[in-house]
Amino acid sequence: MSSAANAAGLRSAPAAGELIASIGNTPLFHLRRLTEDLPGIEIYGKAEFINPGGSVKDRPALNMINEGERSGKLTHDKIILDSTSGNTGIAYAMIAAARGYRVKLCLPANASPERKLILKAYGAELILTDAGEGSDGAIRRCKAIYAENPDLYFYPDQYSNPANWQAHYNTTGPELLAQTQERITHFVTAMGTSGTFVGTARRLKEHNPAIQCISAQPSTGFHGLEGLKHMPTAIVPAIYDDTIADENLWLETEDAYVMARRMAREEGLLVGISAGGNVHAALLVGKRCAAEGKKAVIVTVLCDGASKYLSEPFWNE
Amino acid sequence: MPKILIPTPLRQFADKKDSVDVAGATVGEALAALTTAHPDLKKNLFTDEGKLRSFVNVYVNDEDIRFLEKDKTAVAGGDTISIVPSIAGGAR
Repeated sequence: MSSAANAAGLRSAPAAGELIASIGNTPLFHLRRLTEDLPGIEIYGKAEFINPGGSVKDRPALNMINEGERSGKLTHDKIILDSTSGNTGIAYAMIAAARGYRVKLCLPANASPERKLILKAYGAELILTDAGEGSDGAIRRCKAIYAENPDLYFYPDQYSNPANWQAHYNTTGPELLAQTQERITHFVTAMGTSGTFVGTARRLKEHNPAIQCISAQPSTGFHGLEGLKHMPTAIVPAIYDDTIADENLWLETEDAYVMARRMAREEGLLVGISAGGNVHAALLVGKRCAAEGKKAVIVTVLCDGASKYLSEPFWNE
Repeated sequence: MPKILIPTPLRQFADKKDSVDVAGATVGEALAALTTAHPDLKKNLFTDEGKLRSFVNVYVNDEDIRFLEKDKTAVAGGDTISIVPSIAGGAR
């Protein structure tokens, strides 16, 4: 920036670049009003909805595609194939469009209409799987499609691909350390593939083993927490490592709805349902620390924004 | 008798069955008969106040009961009732 621009009070803006380069380096927002009555407790939300594909899944999707290109497994004659409850699919579809790949996705038929419309708008081919079987049904269908024709596809398999959690180990973890000036005491997030939790927690623990890493899951296999998994009854992702978490919290769908609404109305942050669940879990941890008279710097992940869930009735309940 | 399809995550609470035939002239009666036969389903489907939980969508032959007559929607033999969790978005 020139000194003239400085003098005029103009803010510096990033130089022009590519869409893909804008993935990551998201802001960390202090959730002040939620913690007004909790002295010594700070809760922060990592604003992953600011990623160009609108969710935290841009990070692993980009890393898995990059890894596929590096290893030679992904070439332009291959179709990118994976199962997803939506956000990873949107990230694949966006990156694939920008790089000239085709995408085929298996997703449960009860994924939100907005997701399906977004995926189609990016030009992805959708295979809708049995709604009653949830994301596990999509996983099984995807494996079957791949097995029929393995040469036709690049199948990153987000549930088993180390490049998923490594994206968070290499980017999300270091960003949180820098953005909290290494003051972070607790990291709390719910799990689907478990990539965000596993990768971020590994990096944080490596930096300081005292940082409490707390996972969260739906309380039963029957829930409305899109993208999240109840590990005891679901197909457990190969990348999940159950030895990392200091503790696990169990989430109710209704609590996530209530918190998504509070985030909109009290913090001005229009976030999705899993983000609501994450903030609910972070607030539970905050209340517990406050009751014990402890200070805490708690960080959670605002996985995506509300735009894909606006047709849900809970906003006005 | 109407048939209720049990989604995979709920089968553990319904003796592993994928469908259950129940008595009842309305969706409300059919679901009540289901949770009487399989009491562990109750807290998965209903709130403490007895209302269907907000993320639970119920369909009669692929029609969402919210757009029919809700729990008063009539059912008869040959009708299929599906229980589908909203994993974001009420429609399917």
